[in-house]
Amino acid sequence: MSLVWLIPGLPLIGFLFHAFLGKSIVKSMGEANGKKTIGAIATGLVFASLLISVLVFLDLMKLAPGDQRQYVSLLPGGGRIPWISIGSLHVYYMGIIDPLSLLMCFIVTGVGGVIHLYATGYMADDKDYPRFFTYFNLFIFFMLMLVLSENILLMFVGWEGVGLCSYLLISFWFEDVENSKAGNKAFIVNRIGDLGFSIGVMTIFAVFGTLSFYTPQGTGFLDMAAKGITPHGILSVGAATLIALLLFMGACGKSAQFPLYVWLPDAMAGPTPVSALIHAATMVTAGVVMITRVSPLIVHSPVAMMVIACVGVFTAFYAATIALTQNDIKKVLAYSTVSQLGYMFLGCGVGAFAAGMFHVTTHAFFKGLLFLGAGSVIHAMSGEQDMRKMGGLKDRIPVTFWTMVCAWLAISGIPPFAGFWSKDEILGSATGYPQYGMELYAVGLFTALLTAFYMTRLMMKTFWTKPRFKDEELGAHSSHGSDDSHSHDGKHQGVHESPPSMLISLVILAILSVIGGLVGIPGHNLFDKFLGPSVASYPLKEGMPVPIGMLLGTACGAVGIAVCVIMYNRRQETGDLLSPKEKASNALYKGSLNLWYVDSAYYKIFVTEGGKVAEFIWQGIDRALIDGIVNFVAGLLGFLSELFRRFQTGYIRAYAFVMLAGVVAVVISVLWPFLRHLHI
Amino acid sequence: MPAVPTSYYLGLSGVLFTIGMIGVLIKRNPIVIFMCIELMLNAVNLSFIALGRHFGHMAGQMMVIFVMAIAAAEVAIGLGIIVAIFRTKETINIDEINLLKY
Repeated sequence: MSLVWLIPGLPLIGFLFHAFLGKSIVKSMGEANGKKTIGAIATGLVFASLLISVLVFLDLMKLAPGDQRQYVSLLPGGGRIPWISIGSLHVYYMGIIDPLSLLMCFIVTGVGGVIHLYATGYMADDKDYPRFFTYFNLFIFFMLMLVLSENILLMFVGWEGVGLCSYLLISFWFEDVENSKAGNKAFIVNRIGDLGFSIGVMTIFAVFGTLSFYTPQGTGFLDMAAKGITPHGILSVGAATLIALLLFMGACGKSAQFPLYVWLPDAMAGPTPVSALIHAATMVTAGVVMITRVSPLIVHSPVAMMVIACVGVFTAFYAATIALTQNDIKKVLAYSTVSQLGYMFLGCGVGAFAAGMFHVTTHAFFKGLLFLGAGSVIHAMSGEQDMRKMGGLKDRIPVTFWTMVCAWLAISGIPPFAGFWSKDEILGSATGYPQYGMELYAVGLFTALLTAFYMTRLMMKTFWTKPRFKDEELGAHSSHGSDDSHSHDGKHQGVHESPPSMLISLVILAILSVIGGLVGIPGHNLFDKFLGPSVASYPLKEGMPVPIGMLLGTACGAVGIAVCVIMYNRRQETGDLLSPKEKASNALYKGSLNLWYVDSAYYKIFVTEGGKVAEFIWQGIDRALIDGIVNFVAGLLGFLSELFRRFQTGYIRAYAFVMLAGVVAVVISVLWPFLRHLHI
Repeated sequence: MPAVPTSYYLGLSGVLFTIGMIGVLIKRNPIVIFMCIELMLNAVNLSFIALGRHFGHMAGQMMVIFVMAIAAAEVAIGLGIIVAIFRTKETINIDEINLLKY
């Protein structure tokens, strides 16, 4: 337990090391060796954090479930050291070690370490190698701060920190203005959510008078919420609803839920390891983690739970419909991520917080793997991301193919792969939800069918249908439109399998995607039992019987896959279901392809029209009104000065005369009382 | 011999002071202006002494000694400044020395 500060500490050391020494190492040790050293340090430190997490986990498991919440200092040397101490507000550099935070530590350092390993291969040709790992280590540090913190303010620091790293890494290749714009979009959209989060934090302080989640004395706001009290009496449903909705607004931004999801697909402009680590496996699940963390508060508000469930299931369905028609392999995965995040919120919304976290875990495995596999495909295609120009890669890059198959079956919900168990648990819990449970379930189940369909479409287009490219042409196209066109020095010709560091990562995640779900089999749900001490339990009705739910879930996945395979097999040559003519006339297809016009509507409302408002505020209020007042005062003083400077004639006698006149005036005024009585 | 009334001295002092002041105001030559200033100082000295005698008090004469010492110092500095100005500007016409004009 005394080692806990090292879990976030080691990546922080890595960050400082790369930030200050990274470039000089590359210079002094030579390009190849320097990069190897940096990659090894960055990856090694993250795996070291994982090792410490495991040690801490073993310590924690020795305790009884009731004691599985330990308060530890996040600073070396320990002690309850305050960060902020103003009036009754006390915020400490403290962390909580409980199943939830440890689970996230495992995901962040485990999946994060694997993706670090992958990145050492993927980024090997990049000239900004040290900068990449600087940001990557910093991200791990902030993410660990987020999950470990003892109070919601320190969590907010990590929350903003991962947002910063996300921004830096999306626009990592900032020479291309599109990448910078994507980074800006992510940052700005997240600000909207963070507004809700920060107001939520203030509301928590106003209601509970503390920001700590839990304290040993039982005075944390979640301690109180679990008992349904505040320092001033009973916790009202209104206050709980307000806080829950404000925090959920923050979660919507960070975890890309409707209507704030628009930044995530654009975030794919970053390097693929970034998409895998930040925008699939870890950061975007921060919202789910936060909602799960405050679950004892959330369960007091049925309204907020209903909102979370509805937004979640709608986002899941909506994003899946968009993923059906995208042609960029990473865009499909991005919308798929949005959709899967929707499932997680559906789980939280219906009170199955553990199920939501279970899906976070399995999703980290299979979606991380899908992104890494996509990166491997892009690498093999020398930077091509458009699936219309792929096809037939099955035998060319076998390791990538077989690992992708594992992830594909996992996300499609085929037992016994990881995604099946978690998705099934969420959907099963939804059937037990008191209001509209079956409706939520039906939408979720249909979305599962869509998920299987669009993932199969991705696999068909990439691996099975006939090749739609010529080997000689690869790498010859301009870098425009493909974000991963890292420099190739000509040694790779045609389709090529990725280097071993990337393949090892793929295999590790593939194994996890296959067996990762076995910890949460209904009946022997070790996962729920493990997470139990961290989450609130919500009384669900008796839902649909588990075997029927599993059968329906599997059937949906299988039907989705089967339909897709049959349809694409009939279109082996083109790899396209619709002819160009059908595409032009099919409104549904066009709507989905154009993201249901939401992005363009946002652009029109907020960028164009909002820009006009900003223009008015700039020109009308700032320049005309405020600058006008300031300039008027300055002009007035200038005018008066112009008048009075005339007194400075430069003639000494003029000055002397004024002085004389002044002296006479003073003398007369002093003597006036006497002169009055002279009666001259 | 009847003593001269104090008011005569004060009247003479006022006349001398006014003459000196008018000189300061209308003359352009700094040397003459200096002389006029000296005249004004001495007019004041005269009134100090006269009033000192009138009230039988030593303070008037004491003050005069101070004024004369300071006047001497002032003349020394003032003439030095005038010489320095003449060296740089080749003129001592008071109206042409107007660097601090607007």
